[in-house]
Amino acid sequence: MEFLLIIISAIFVNNIMLAQFLGTCPFIGVSGRLSTATGMSGAVCFVITLSTLVTYLINKYLLVPFGLTFLQTIAFILVIAALVQMVEIVLKKISPSLYQALGIFLPLITTNCAVLGVALNVVTKEFTFGGGPAHMLGLGEAVVYAFATSLGYGLAMVLFAGLREHLDLNDVPKPFRGVPIALVTVGILAMAFMGFSGIV
Amino acid sequence: MSKLSIFTKGFLKENPTFVLLLGLCPTLATTTTALNGVGMGLATLFVLVLSNIVISAIAPVVPDKVHIPVYIVVIATFVTILQFLMQAYTPGMYKSLGLFIPLIVVNCIVLGRAEAFASKNGILDSALDGLGIGLGFTVSLMVLGLVRELLGSGSVFGWKLFSGDGILVFVMAPGAFLVLGYLMVLFNKLAKKE
Repeated sequence: MEFLLIIISAIFVNNIMLAQFLGTCPFIGVSGRLSTATGMSGAVCFVITLSTLVTYLINKYLLVPFGLTFLQTIAFILVIAALVQMVEIVLKKISPSLYQALGIFLPLITTNCAVLGVALNVVTKEFTFGGGPAHMLGLGEAVVYAFATSLGYGLAMVLFAGLREHLDLNDVPKPFRGVPIALVTVGILAMAFMGFSGIV
Repeated sequence: MSKLSIFTKGFLKENPTFVLLLGLCPTLATTTTALNGVGMGLATLFVLVLSNIVISAIAPVVPDKVHIPVYIVVIATFVTILQFLMQAYTPGMYKSLGLFIPLIVVNCIVLGRAEAFASKNGILDSALDGLGIGLGFTVSLMVLGLVRELLGSGSVFGWKLFSGDGILVFVMAPGAFLVLGYLMVLFNKLAKKE
């Protein structure tokens, strides 16, 4: 039951993109076409889940026992950079077409603040789900939270890419063209997602 | 390029928020009030100037293959120093900016300037570039924060201008996207005229 609450809360209520503003740059950057948006979501999903697992363990068994929690930022970003490099190598081998499509945005996952944001969030913040007591997340909860969060990111990105493909066909006033109309659309999408608040 | 134009290009020609579209996450998340916007801008400015200086100094000796990880470690070091300083001297601001202080590490403005400018230019020029871009970022955040605070809670820098609650949606997530979108339209329109 608690895992279900975590998943619903992370995907809909506290959507990482539409409510917490993490990962906006790649969101605006790759959401122009549905296929790149899907590929990017998959890559982000994989990196967020894996990096949260690794950074959680590093924090618990290395940084906390030795009183080095102030090194969290540096240690985590290095882990994430290494992981992204690995994903890039694997993807190049398994799916060259996807690798081509993601292009510049794959190395940029390193500087996608959603990844570092989630990794830092699960080790520093207390969470409450469904009126239960506030508590730090355990390993299982942290990984489920990370996975669900990245699903929420993917959902927002795919939804928005669909909208954006239609935007291109319309006659948009000149100063609005490109990013401004995209931002206004995201604003309305975020308003729709506000309707979910209060269900968990 | 003259020293003056290196400094001033961050305000209009290469404004990080409205022209380069970099660092959108802190831009949207921390501008619930004008004061928070200024705080976030100055925090980024601090990291930007110092990391630009160090990176322009070490760039000639860093091997090309590992330059990105090296730059990120330099930036992360200054962010950690900033975290200590803010915890000590401005604990209130540190708390209200929260997660977005450590996230300066992954702010694309900082890494972007390191890669595009500091690694190819001298120390003084890089410091000026960091200062200009950082101030341009601060001003953009302040404007965004001003509009959101005025519409959302009816105050400016914490001074209540009119009573009542204001339009709450502007302080929340959708308002951030809407205000930035419309400010960008305004910027496009005015910049085109010049």
